[in-house]
Amino acid sequence: MMGLHSLDGFCNWLGATSTSQTLQTVGWIIPAVQTVHILAVAAVVSSALILDLRLLGLRGIDQPLAAVARRFLPFIWWPLPVLLVSGALLITAEPARSLENPVFILKMGLLLAAASVTLACQLPLRRNPGFWDLSVARKRTARLIAVASMPLWVAVIFAGRWIAYVQGT
Amino acid sequence: MFEQLLQSLQDSTIATAIREGESLFPWIECVHVLALTLVIGSIAILDLRLLGLASRDRSVVQTTASVLPLTWTAFLFAAISGGLLFSSNATTYAHNFHFQVKMALVAVAGVNMATYHLFLNRGADSWQTAAVTPLRARLVGGISLCLWIAIAAFGRWIGFTINLPT
Repeated sequence: MMGLHSLDGFCNWLGATSTSQTLQTVGWIIPAVQTVHILAVAAVVSSALILDLRLLGLRGIDQPLAAVARRFLPFIWWPLPVLLVSGALLITAEPARSLENPVFILKMGLLLAAASVTLACQLPLRRNPGFWDLSVARKRTARLIAVASMPLWVAVIFAGRWIAYVQGT
Repeated sequence: MFEQLLQSLQDSTIATAIREGESLFPWIECVHVLALTLVIGSIAILDLRLLGLASRDRSVVQTTASVLPLTWTAFLFAAISGGLLFSSNATTYAHNFHFQVKMALVAVAGVNMATYHLFLNRGADSWQTAAVTPLRARLVGGISLCLWIAIAAFGRWIGFTINLPT
């Protein structure tokens, strides 16, 4: 159980820093940071959904996939630094609430999976804008990517909300 | 009269179940957060197009057509889930300052949107395909963007200012 003790120690140390103390005591900071976090999530998830709907051929079929990807992929990746900074501030304010919370670990895993699925769609497009339209098999793969992506992003959001309700171990 | 209405809403079977249940409230909150991120994210696409800041290679008409169905679907889910959350402690939420402002801002956002669709996009064909939109379109987009950011903020502040009876 050394690992647990050292994580405990880290959480206690981080929670005692002056940055953490400021975050804890100045009342408006946490809701403001959470608002920024949610707005960045809004940009990511909406963009991912629109891209997924295009991959499925359900919406936006009047334009090539590459055009949709070019327009919306930046709105999936550029909010990520905002999410990491705002998320890090929320962790700093209450380290054990997330770092020792299984739902937080789950959320990070889901986020990695969602980002990987997005890359799996994006990287082939970089080499060839028509990549996902070239064969029946590729079209099927593109649909699979979309079907995997949507529940992953939903799960990231749900896990994020549940962090507040599940106790750290 | 209004208080009685709130009280009977709060005493309803479903509101009681949400209030007293172990996990009903967080699950509905999850749906609410998902729905509102899609409302704000999708409406922002249109706002940024109206402002001439994004999707410039696509007309306002095309952007509206592809984005608004998503916005409205998500708004429906946000309204239903929000209504359920509200019902669980209707008397308390109704008196929360941030909740009141949030509802007012949603109404203003609705008026802003209706104004655009009823009056401001007339003669649109001449400018809808242009990258640079007229001032009135940019105003509507900018106001909408600010409103929805404020709505998100006031919504988040409700959770920090509400004093739920235990």
